[in-house]
Amino acid sequence: MTLIQPFIEFGFMRRALVACVALALSATPLGVFLSLRRMSLVGDALSHAVLPGAAIGYLVSGLSLVAMGIGGLIAGLAVALLSGAVSRYTPLKEDASFSGFYLGSLALGVTLVSLRGSSVDLLHVLFGSLLAVDNAAIMLVGGIAAFTLLMLAVIFRPLVIDAFDPDFLRAQGKWSAPIVHGIFLMLVVLNLVAGFQVLGTLMSVGLMMLPATSARFWSRHLACMLGIAMVLAMIAAVVGLILSWHFSLPAGPAVVLSAAVLFLLSVLTGPCGGLLRRR
Amino acid sequence: MMHFNRLQGGYQGQAVTPIVTGELAAGSMTALIGANGTGKSTLLKTIAGLLPPIAGTCELKISPKALGWLPQRSELETRFPLTVYELVAMGCWPRCGWFGGINRAMRQEIDAALDAVQMRDFADAQPSMLSGGQLQRVLFARLMLQQSKVWLLDEPFNGIDTQTVTLLMSILEQQQQAGTTLLVVLHDRPLVARYFNDVLSLDDADSAQTPLLRRVAS
Repeated sequence: MTLIQPFIEFGFMRRALVACVALALSATPLGVFLSLRRMSLVGDALSHAVLPGAAIGYLVSGLSLVAMGIGGLIAGLAVALLSGAVSRYTPLKEDASFSGFYLGSLALGVTLVSLRGSSVDLLHVLFGSLLAVDNAAIMLVGGIAAFTLLMLAVIFRPLVIDAFDPDFLRAQGKWSAPIVHGIFLMLVVLNLVAGFQVLGTLMSVGLMMLPATSARFWSRHLACMLGIAMVLAMIAAVVGLILSWHFSLPAGPAVVLSAAVLFLLSVLTGPCGGLLRRR
Repeated sequence: MMHFNRLQGGYQGQAVTPIVTGELAAGSMTALIGANGTGKSTLLKTIAGLLPPIAGTCELKISPKALGWLPQRSELETRFPLTVYELVAMGCWPRCGWFGGINRAMRQEIDAALDAVQMRDFADAQPSMLSGGQLQRVLFARLMLQQSKVWLLDEPFNGIDTQTVTLLMSILEQQQQAGTTLLVVLHDRPLVARYFNDVLSLDDADSAQTPLLRRVAS
């Protein structure tokens, strides 16, 4: 009872939980596809790429979630499109062009925030403020989560085919593969924007990727992997929030740290290739 | 079925293949041979529309959806969480597209294709558990589901045992008799000599060429 006491007693704990659960439902399936496409680090790169847009939004209208969200979305999509174009038209591989653009983007973002804000603001943008999530932020995160699940349902079949055998889809028609890839990257950026409202730019990838990579150790079927990833993310959210309450830890890092512990447990004991299950 | 007018393939403006001219007659079965580095795979990818041609044109008298394309095995993500049955069901894509259902007739077709390649017992297995030859048989089953008019195969028998090669060759011959046009990249000369009437060689010194489709310059 004492475990769930803070959620019953305090509105900000409830809102933090709702925001994390919404993120767990929409960001983790994207993480599963990112890891299946060997693009795990692209999520990381994109989360940093969001920063200058968010910073410009912050410079223009202060700590407004909508302005920072829109700015972040534009910056993330710009980096995704530019790196996609560079890797398509030059010999540079996608991971290399992504790292080129996101490093520049991150530096620009940090510079912009420091131009006017204090280091407190920078910390807020980098690490989020899970316990300061208000109703507007919950509406935004919830809306993005609902939209993501809907779009995933729409593109699910070509997305799976594209991840398994990209040449197959490309040979079947000119447009399916780039459309699916574009929608997928857009959803990743959207979820990182939703995530950075709550967990900050540095932590939002944690909730997207850690449960997704853990799920691989629990099932060999895609549908089960997606479900398990969502459940693991929700467990990490609840455990992280409870720990942060009882031990006065920063909430965002506590959630991601819980996800990291679940990841380690999965690597060790997961029935599908876990280290301790191997004979 | 397909018409090539001084077609040349390559990457980023750099020509890799010789210039090829002629046509792929409907219902023909052609082997595409040549030493390493002569651009067999590049030419096949250009014909499949996966690479823009460096020069010349490649006219297709059918929609690109009716092309069956089998890449080299190394380009597949075999550790993907997917069953053999689902992999073969991907072949329904030209008919189902993004949202169409897979009906009972198609499911029977999937079972029949798995039977034809003798992989019915492995329907629930995952690609990572299969041997190279078994995986190739599954990919042939997927091609059969696509009901393509043209099959473009890139080194389909690389590292595969003779028994499987015989099985897959018999499927190719059945497909040809059913009117499918086949273009197969191969490097096994005895196999080419045994099964293929039409040969296009990309080697400059090699005279093996079909009358209809030939290399005009390197």
